[in-house]
Amino acid sequence: MVQVNGGTVALGGQQIDRSIAPRAARRRRSVMPGFGLTFGFSLFYLCLIVLIPLSAVFVKTAGMGLDRFFDVAFSERVVASYRLSFGAAFVAAGVNAIFGLLIAWVLVRYDFPGKRVVSAMVDLPFALPTAVAGIALTALYADTGWVGQYIEPLGVKVAYTPLGVVVALIFIGLPFVVRSVEPVLDDLGADVEEAAAALGASRLKTFRRVILPAIAPALLTGFALAFARGIGEYGSVIFIAGNMPFQSEIAPLMIVTQLEQYDYQGATAIAAVMLIASFLLLLLINLIQIWSRRRMEG
Amino acid sequence: MAKHARRATAESPIARIALIGVALVFLFLFLLLPLLAVFAEALRNGLQPFLEAIVEPDAWSAIRLTLIVAAISVPLNIVFGIAAAWAITKFDFPGKGILITLIDLPFSVSPVVAGLIYVLMFGASGWFGPWLQEHDIEIVFAVPGIVLASVFVTFPFVARELIPLMAEQGRDDEEAALSLGASGWQTFWHVTLPNIRWGLLYGVLLCNARAMGEFGAVSVVSGHIRGETNTMPLHVEILYNEYNFVAAFAVASLLAMLALVTLVLKSILEWRFDYHRTGTGH
Amino acid sequence: MKRPTAIVTTMALALAVAGCSKPSGEAAGSVTLLNVSYDPTRELYKEINPAFAQEWKAKTGQTVSFRMSHGGSGKQARAIADGLEADVATLALAYDIDLLAERKLLPAEWQARLPDNSAPYYSTIVFLVRKGNPKGIKDWGDLVKPGIKVVTPNPKTSGGARWNYLAAWAYGRKASGSEAGARDYVTRLFRNVPVLDSGARGATTTFAERGIGDVLLAWENEALLAQKELGVGKFELVAPSLSILAEPPVAVVDANVAKHKTADAAKAYLDYLYTPKAQEIIAKNGYRPRNPEVAARYADTFPKLTLATIDGDFGGWKKAQAEHFADGGTFDAVFAQAKR
Repeated sequence: MVQVNGGTVALGGQQIDRSIAPRAARRRRSVMPGFGLTFGFSLFYLCLIVLIPLSAVFVKTAGMGLDRFFDVAFSERVVASYRLSFGAAFVAAGVNAIFGLLIAWVLVRYDFPGKRVVSAMVDLPFALPTAVAGIALTALYADTGWVGQYIEPLGVKVAYTPLGVVVALIFIGLPFVVRSVEPVLDDLGADVEEAAAALGASRLKTFRRVILPAIAPALLTGFALAFARGIGEYGSVIFIAGNMPFQSEIAPLMIVTQLEQYDYQGATAIAAVMLIASFLLLLLINLIQIWSRRRMEG
Repeated sequence: MAKHARRATAESPIARIALIGVALVFLFLFLLLPLLAVFAEALRNGLQPFLEAIVEPDAWSAIRLTLIVAAISVPLNIVFGIAAAWAITKFDFPGKGILITLIDLPFSVSPVVAGLIYVLMFGASGWFGPWLQEHDIEIVFAVPGIVLASVFVTFPFVARELIPLMAEQGRDDEEAALSLGASGWQTFWHVTLPNIRWGLLYGVLLCNARAMGEFGAVSVVSGHIRGETNTMPLHVEILYNEYNFVAAFAVASLLAMLALVTLVLKSILEWRFDYHRTGTGH
Repeated sequence: MKRPTAIVTTMALALAVAGCSKPSGEAAGSVTLLNVSYDPTRELYKEINPAFAQEWKAKTGQTVSFRMSHGGSGKQARAIADGLEADVATLALAYDIDLLAERKLLPAEWQARLPDNSAPYYSTIVFLVRKGNPKGIKDWGDLVKPGIKVVTPNPKTSGGARWNYLAAWAYGRKASGSEAGARDYVTRLFRNVPVLDSGARGATTTFAERGIGDVLLAWENEALLAQKELGVGKFELVAPSLSILAEPPVAVVDANVAKHKTADAAKAYLDYLYTPKAQEIIAKNGYRPRNPEVAARYADTFPKLTLATIDGDFGGWKKAQAEHFADGGTFDAVFAQAKR
């Protein structure tokens, strides 16, 4: 029995109804209990841990004049740092989406020696303190490092350039994609694919038309999380970036810079801009994701 | 995964080997190599200094504090994660996208800011600062502040792991159970939980690993008092700044190994319960 | 995971364990001092603390124990201002302790309470070069030659780097005779900087371990320590013709010692830093001692230098900070120019 979510899925041009309960039954006021409890608790905890503390950023920023806000949060140098932080995070998340999907696929679908070890390794970027990751990456990619000494003669400089930032963000973001996609891929029974294959679809077509739509929401989640994490990352990036103004300064470093001047308002101003920007970007990604899920179901 | 009837849906052996190859090369370059660098540094002068670095009293107190912090923040986020995933995936309500995005938000908040917000709230000149000082309650620059910062940075993990999985699984199983007369709790314990078991475990592992490894946010609220408010990542930084590279990387690799222990645990559980999954199917 | 009760029990247990580790203030016959300091003093206070504890015990019969906190100077100052209950602050810049005065944690005239601007030791900025000085670096003028790579941390995030910057500025001013000339010199200097680490120790590691750059601008005590810790004989110390007087100040944080009832011990602790015995430890750790006899003994380690001062040449830290390191200050301008 196919267990995947209800609704229908386009399969080699054929519509197959896969729902157990009719769609209409689920749309009406759900029989499912616990909405009040779970929703209420989630909201309460969210407010307590995230929203109220984060509001401090905005309250503090509100204390400064609009002119000063723009002076601090949109100075040429700070804008350059936003560009780097958001740009590098986006590129790194993109790389991670592609290779993360591949790794998840390999881990779920294939057997090979040492698979358990490989699988365990994927989470390491979370466990390693970010500063350690940064130091290790810098040691590797500096022109005396294991990797740096080979790529430096080819004209590729990684350490102390924006490229180094991307490398660090790939490192810290990879588990997000793999771990988001893996359970869904695992859960996706072979049945659908078998059906597609039986209907004569090629392997690539099955992947594109059947598997990809099913895992797209999870993949997008992984991308969003890797991206989000990349925007704010500090510890691992700071060692490898070089921190040259206008070139390789990340936005969180600008916050630290403000703090070092004892300018809490300046720091929260930059933080507020980053917060709003990343909220909007994440919202966009999540809406696309919800929309794609609906489209798949409907 | 069951091994039945894969042939029709399997890639050609060449494609398969190529895919595995690319995945392994990528993992080697971006994950294994940095890790090897850490271990190579840690063992640069042999095993003896490595072990000495770990049994040193400051290292022990850092390990203890790190485990305490994880032991508090992970369960909190498990409860939240399950509740949030249940509300979001089992019901339709307006503003769902916003709620999910707010849950994601802590990931994008720079660790520096994550620490700063608690200072702004509980610091001497923060919102609750004067009141806390009057009652002699320490939050920032003490263990509670470190816990709060860790809860914040690991906030989304469990929820984020469960939401796509539970959305994918839909509501049918639960509805079937409920229509057969099971209570809400029974449905959750006997239907939902077994279904999300592996996703939940992943989420917990990630949450735990990150809670133990967090550096930036904790660094802001810790106060860096040696032997007292230093977690393992902070202890690593201290050692590194003392040019004691071997010890720094030794403690760092210990952290990595702690994460590996949880992963091995997961593998054992998976293996132990494997027959359940292949047995029952869906 | 059995039931919610299991979770609650775990957490309560963990909290209980966490809660029982807060030593504070004065018990009968013992006292605990929290010394919040900056990064490079770790080795120094590791030696000073037991020496003082011994003397204090002999004098008063009271056992004094220490809690140490180290980090970037500015970050540490903020932590104290935000509620880290330091009994004494031993930081890198007077500017950082001024913040504490602003927050009313100690009186505004704190710096006059102890001799020598409340700085029991001083230091200066020197050059660390690779063995044999292959690029022939002798003085500031050599740093702006084409092809020379200079490593210094970022003055915006590192207190130590501000000394580097101001020392360079003082040289530029002396060499050219004008502020414009100084700015030009510093601009050319920063054109030769390939990496700006966020902290002083990070810069030292970049120079020593990663092999980046030909010369590192560093505090004398840091350069001496780096020579000792990161490879004997791998580096050489070069003393420039002109440098800057760096005075890391110490102060009792009045508000906190009043609360902890540790005023006597805290004050005695800082006074102790000026005694010959402590001065000897200070000199051994690469800081320049104030005591003339100790200084004479270490004359070989610390060559005589012409030193510019913050108060005399830059009008004090507040002015220097506003002019050079605040947003839109000379550092920003210099950097915008250096990179165009």
